[in-house]
Amino acid sequence: MKLFDLKGGVHPEGKKNLSAERRIRALPLPKKLYVPMQQHIGAPAAPVVNVGDHVFKGQLIASAQGNVSAAVHAPTSGAITALGDHVAPHPSGLPVPTITLESDGKDEWCAIQGCEQPLELAAEEIAARVGAAGIVGLGGATFPSALKLNVSRGVQTLIMNGGECEPYLTCDDRIMRERAVEIVEGILLIARAVDAKKILVGIEDNKPEAIEAMQAAAQGTAVKVVTMPSMYPMGSEKQIIQVLTGLEVPAGGRPADIGVLVHNVATAFAVQQAIRYGKPLISRIVTVSGGAIKTACNVEALVGTPVQELIDFADGYVQPASRLVLGGPMMGQQFTNTNVPVVKGSSGVLALMTTEIGQSEASPCIRCSTCVRACPVGLLPLEMAAHIRAADLTGAVALGLKDCIACGSCSYVCPAHIPLVHFFNYAKGDLAAQERSKLKQEATKKLADARLERIARIERERAEAAARRKAAREAKERAAKEAAAKAAEEAV
Amino acid sequence: MLFAAIISLTLLGTALGLLLGVAARYLKVEGNPLVAEIEQLLPGSQCGQCGYPGCTGAAQALADGGAAVTLCPPGGIALAQALAAKLGVDADLSGVEDKGPMIAEVKEEICIGCTRCFKICPTDAIMGAAQQIHVVFREACTACGKCVDVCPTESVTLQPIPVTLQSWYWNKPILGSAA
Repeated sequence: MKLFDLKGGVHPEGKKNLSAERRIRALPLPKKLYVPMQQHIGAPAAPVVNVGDHVFKGQLIASAQGNVSAAVHAPTSGAITALGDHVAPHPSGLPVPTITLESDGKDEWCAIQGCEQPLELAAEEIAARVGAAGIVGLGGATFPSALKLNVSRGVQTLIMNGGECEPYLTCDDRIMRERAVEIVEGILLIARAVDAKKILVGIEDNKPEAIEAMQAAAQGTAVKVVTMPSMYPMGSEKQIIQVLTGLEVPAGGRPADIGVLVHNVATAFAVQQAIRYGKPLISRIVTVSGGAIKTACNVEALVGTPVQELIDFADGYVQPASRLVLGGPMMGQQFTNTNVPVVKGSSGVLALMTTEIGQSEASPCIRCSTCVRACPVGLLPLEMAAHIRAADLTGAVALGLKDCIACGSCSYVCPAHIPLVHFFNYAKGDLAAQERSKLKQEATKKLADARLERIARIERERAEAAARRKAAREAKERAAKEAAAKAAEEAV
Repeated sequence: MLFAAIISLTLLGTALGLLLGVAARYLKVEGNPLVAEIEQLLPGSQCGQCGYPGCTGAAQALADGGAAVTLCPPGGIALAQALAAKLGVDADLSGVEDKGPMIAEVKEEICIGCTRCFKICPTDAIMGAAQQIHVVFREACTACGKCVDVCPTESVTLQPIPVTLQSWYWNKPILGSAA
């Protein structure tokens, strides 16, 4: 198949050989699980269990709130010991509402209902079941999958993302090698849910075994496996669309606008499990790797497992890690507290050595424009950063800040080590905060106006009531006077 | 020749004068539209912290050029920038002490339920009743500070809005002097 060119991108050292040949192993059952209510983009889920309740594996413990949200299920059987805050797998290290589950060691499933003929289900039914299973995009963006299916119905092309362009990570590689048949069924289910005409699976050429396994599994189906060149960020939604279809997602738009839907291959596996077996999303494949890890590996970890358990499973450190990262090294989140739980979007746990992070002091920008050549979106990172540094966010937006996908290619190539993508993340956060305060101001203005109106109405009503009383009093007085006059007249 | 010039200029002057007179009558602008536009930007809580009688007064002063764009404490830096853009002036933000967004908070231990704060709140952001502890609706509070002034027990204070996962974002990178 003809592939289209992609501008920019970088070629970081893959480091995938550390864990690529390690089969997926299930992590031993942890004693305590910390299941955050917010593991997805959108509104946090609301707990439907209480402290002291006994839950079975797969039982709903928190329901989705509103349209953009995802349900959360018990990862194993046991007792709910706390509903409260626990440190979030997030660079802020802030606490998030979390359900603490103490495992009873039995790992007993609740009653689950699968489907013998999943490919005969109606599109709406598939989306509803995906939603009920709490499935979110497992590539890292964690967007609720059911919503994505519902807004993408009738797309031309379904692209399954097996790019896995982040260095170190091998979780998608392993799942494609070991569970290709299930993934293909999941892909066909997603395709049925959105009525896609064309189904492509894009896999980078550094994963030949995965390509072979997927091709074998896709034999005789409408699914077409495509080999793509290895390059970062090939696994980014907009970039994979560009390479496979030649179409570009419009600025501020969604892939559905150009008739494309992109899902991760691991999400397809979760969809298959949810529909054929009725199993909600309660575990995921995580790569544990990095120079500081003794035995890099791929594990199937329950959602809520503390990261420390994964590191212990990988035989701990060979030397103290100078940075811990959740996700890939390019776009992942730094963390320090190893008590943070694995969540639905955690693709990797990396313990990196000083030599691997290459941290150095930033020096002045010499306008070499290396970042411009690296940007896969075609932006001018150096110019945008200069505007943001001078507190001119509007200028940065005019240069296309909102189209930045935060892939970090610019920071990676910058010879002056300027933290370019950090500038962009800051600016996007600041703009969002400004937007929020503007919305709040509009809302409070309405409240202030309503109050003034109410005060005026009360005044008016008071005055009217006083006027009515006065009129009544006067009428009474007049009547009394008239009666007195009449009485006097009669007396005369 | 001379008369022709005088006549034509006189006619021209009269005609244009009439035109202007008619235009002035029929195309008259009521008040300064800029004042209304500026008032739209202001919080509208009429808190009076700027020293003007309410937001309309402040808008009038801004339109006349008598007030700095940084006059509104509840609006913060974001409002100062919006006003500067509207008025086409450069905002001197160095003087703005942006403590970040704040909200009022009632210390429940010392609230006596006097109802003064909830009566004065310009955005109905305080809920309470006589002899009952009062509470603040975070979403409705503009941190105008009127409640702080009337509270007899100093139970109401302005506090920074707690950072949550939804509102947190990366701080601005600080580069060394070399960069």
